[in-house]
Amino acid sequence: MCDQTFLVNVFGSCDKCFKQRALRPVFKKSQQLSYCSTCAEIMATEALHENETLASLKSEAESLKGKLEEERAKLHDVELHQVAERVEALGQFVMKTRRTLKGHGNKVLCMDWCKDKRRIVSSSQDGKVIVWDSFTTNKEHAVTMPCTWVMACAYAPSGCAIACGGLDNKCSVYPLTFDKNENMAAKKKSVAMHTNYLSACSFTNSDMQILTASGDGTCALWDVESGQLLQSFHGHGADVLCLDLAPSETGNTFVSGGCDKKAMVWDMRSGQCVQAFETHESDINSVRYYPSGDAFASGSDDATCRLYDLRADREVAIYSKESIIFGASSVDFSLSGRLLFAGYNDYTINVWDVLKGSRVSILFGHENRVSTLRVSPDGTAFCSGSWDHTLRVREMVFSFPVCERREEG
Amino acid sequence: MSGSSSVAAMKKVVQQLQLEAGLKCVKVSQAAADLKQFCLQNTQHDPLLTGASSSTNPFRPQKVCSFL
Repeated sequence: MCDQTFLVNVFGSCDKCFKQRALRPVFKKSQQLSYCSTCAEIMATEALHENETLASLKSEAESLKGKLEEERAKLHDVELHQVAERVEALGQFVMKTRRTLKGHGNKVLCMDWCKDKRRIVSSSQDGKVIVWDSFTTNKEHAVTMPCTWVMACAYAPSGCAIACGGLDNKCSVYPLTFDKNENMAAKKKSVAMHTNYLSACSFTNSDMQILTASGDGTCALWDVESGQLLQSFHGHGADVLCLDLAPSETGNTFVSGGCDKKAMVWDMRSGQCVQAFETHESDINSVRYYPSGDAFASGSDDATCRLYDLRADREVAIYSKESIIFGASSVDFSLSGRLLFAGYNDYTINVWDVLKGSRVSILFGHENRVSTLRVSPDGTAFCSGSWDHTLRVREMVFSFPVCERREEG
Repeated sequence: MSGSSSVAAMKKVVQQLQLEAGLKCVKVSQAAADLKQFCLQNTQHDPLLTGASSSTNPFRPQKVCSFL
């Protein structure tokens, strides 16, 4: 007969001002509320105001970004390799494998040196964490973790404990004991708890604190004794894959790299990100400080390694070749910072001249991806771990000068 | 309408950018020169560059070499 719309007036207490009025339904974040007409109008204007605020904030962010880029561009007066033009070129290197550590039943994912320059801890996909004497290749300790994919391990500065973790979302500390009657697993202490996998861990200058990075997108600083969270670091937009602490003389900062292609430098005390770098084109798998602490290198799935200077606040070198198409999983500097060792997913290790930007050597030997690489604390050797289940300790045998260096393409 | 959370997130972004804009930066030429300086100063102490002698190097096999 007739279609008429009826307006039903509900009387009641307004959900905002609580006065007895005629109410209308209002939706806030998909929740239905009942507001009186006055409150409904106020809400409409607030929303308008918020949109304006958001828009003005966005434009402020854009203009700040533009200003930052302009300022940085002014300071970019020269390239690192230009400054290093007069530096004597490095000769051809011959590096030999001195020890092969065999014993893991599956992919080696991470390793770390002990400060005694001799012991090594390594962790594997099969859940085992092994402590080796690299001089004798003996296994001194072995622990089976309750999870597979132990992606992170670290040696305590004292040499008396190790930390490890992975798919269990935790970082656990195991004191190392030589008493054959003691079961290492019994003394395990769970320190860190994340909501996703543990990708990296490192003791700070003492056995008392551990820094962790996780697939949950955060880094965190923990007190080992109590397991208390001391500071958390939020800012990465995706999984954090790696971290490295600044050399002790340069203060309380660390750098982290993640799947958001960003490398971020953090102040450990305030939890604040102090610098961020976003020039990589894919996940950053590894970050390592330059020995002076003024710069850091990164290795990424985009097949490049890059050097970022902290005082110039920008990328100052890129280590890449057209022939290198596989991601770099792990990087470390030699003691003087002149050499950058980088392990790749194409089973090789490339050695780069940090100053000149050229490749000095390619090292073969591993039969699968190189997943982890660290130079020993006294710089005499470096160790690489691979998906081929082994670790190799290598050193420089000799180098001979090359009269004319011709870069292959 | 998630107004307040994106405004808060945007505020954080702006704050972070303001922090970064306030950083005092050094010219690349200066920074690069310092990196080069550090390298050159420490070259002699870098065993992976110069090769450590077998007397101090624990990994080196302690054998006598003979010419074939």
